[in-house]
Amino acid sequence: MLLLLTQLFWTFFLIGLFGFGGGYAMLSMIQGEVVEHYHWMSMGQFTDIVAVSQSTPGPIGINSATYVGYTALANAGYEPYWGILGSFLATFAVVLPSFILMLLISRFLLKYRNHPAVESVFSGLRPAVVGLLLAASLLLMNSENFSSMSENPWRYCLSLLIFAFAFIGQKVYRLGPILIIMLCGVAGIVLGL
Amino acid sequence: MFELFKTFFQIGFFTIGGGYAMIPLIEQKVVDEKAWVSKEELLDLIAVAQSCPGIFAVNISIFIGQKRLGGRGALVSAIGTCLPSFVCILAIALVFQQFRENVWVEHFFRGIRPAVVALILLPVFRMAKSAKITRSNVWIPIVSAFLIWKLGVSPIFIVLAAGIAGYAYGQYLKSEE
Repeated sequence: MLLLLTQLFWTFFLIGLFGFGGGYAMLSMIQGEVVEHYHWMSMGQFTDIVAVSQSTPGPIGINSATYVGYTALANAGYEPYWGILGSFLATFAVVLPSFILMLLISRFLLKYRNHPAVESVFSGLRPAVVGLLLAASLLLMNSENFSSMSENPWRYCLSLLIFAFAFIGQKVYRLGPILIIMLCGVAGIVLGL
Repeated sequence: MFELFKTFFQIGFFTIGGGYAMIPLIEQKVVDEKAWVSKEELLDLIAVAQSCPGIFAVNISIFIGQKRLGGRGALVSAIGTCLPSFVCILAIALVFQQFRENVWVEHFFRGIRPAVVALILLPVFRMAKSAKITRSNVWIPIVSAFLIWKLGVSPIFIVLAAGIAGYAYGQYLKSEE
């Protein structure tokens, strides 16, 4: 238990410290640590957490940290109040680096934002963060979220259709994420996915 | 102090869908209503908050809180921004725990999962535009994505390596000139 809480804290501290590029890019890190490295939850569970984080108030990074903290403890078989402690630790840990950094270096950054050394660091960072996000979506395209042709062809084809609908709905018709999530959830019930 | 908390609590509560959706609301509250910072200051602040690691909205709230009331202000603002998330998510997590085995909930989430993947894929293109991806550096996101996706490299390592490589590249180019 103590080990799990310590790992949770340390993981989210690192994510807060190296989480460049905002909430969506952070999701890639959370996924990497929480699903791939520590196996605190399955990819499907993580996807559900992302869905809830996108459709509830607040920044996605905070929402997912809170939810992951709870789920990691709940999955390990602890009572809900331990889950609440996990939530608190994960949220606190992900914000802590911001706190330290903003108080220490924000003034420095404000002044040296256009300094060549800072600019060269970001010339490498910015494109890599795009890669992080791409990796997050590629990793989520697995059989747990989409099923597969051999496992369940019906669910697989419908999943692909829903994926296309959500993509086009947001890109072309500019539907909001909550509307898309709700519509797709209802479609899941109606179609018996 | 309570004003700071209340303002950022509202900002945290009324933004759904992540940090950048918050910018208009932050501007309205902090610049127009309270006049805590000027519009130009806020623009600078947004640029710095974007280049700092961490959660965008939290970074902004800490900065403005500190400017108003020092360390205490920063703490209060950060708590204000995080609290709505914390309460909403915990309420959902506690309720969802009981309904996870429910067959309707299962269908609902099976419908949602492919949509979530699409919703995460879209910002890739949006960010590629703002990160100024061109033909000469398009290999960076592709290689980093491949390393994470197929070889299981940690994204944290990629971020570190990319920052160091960018710095080294900049220094090398300068010494060439």
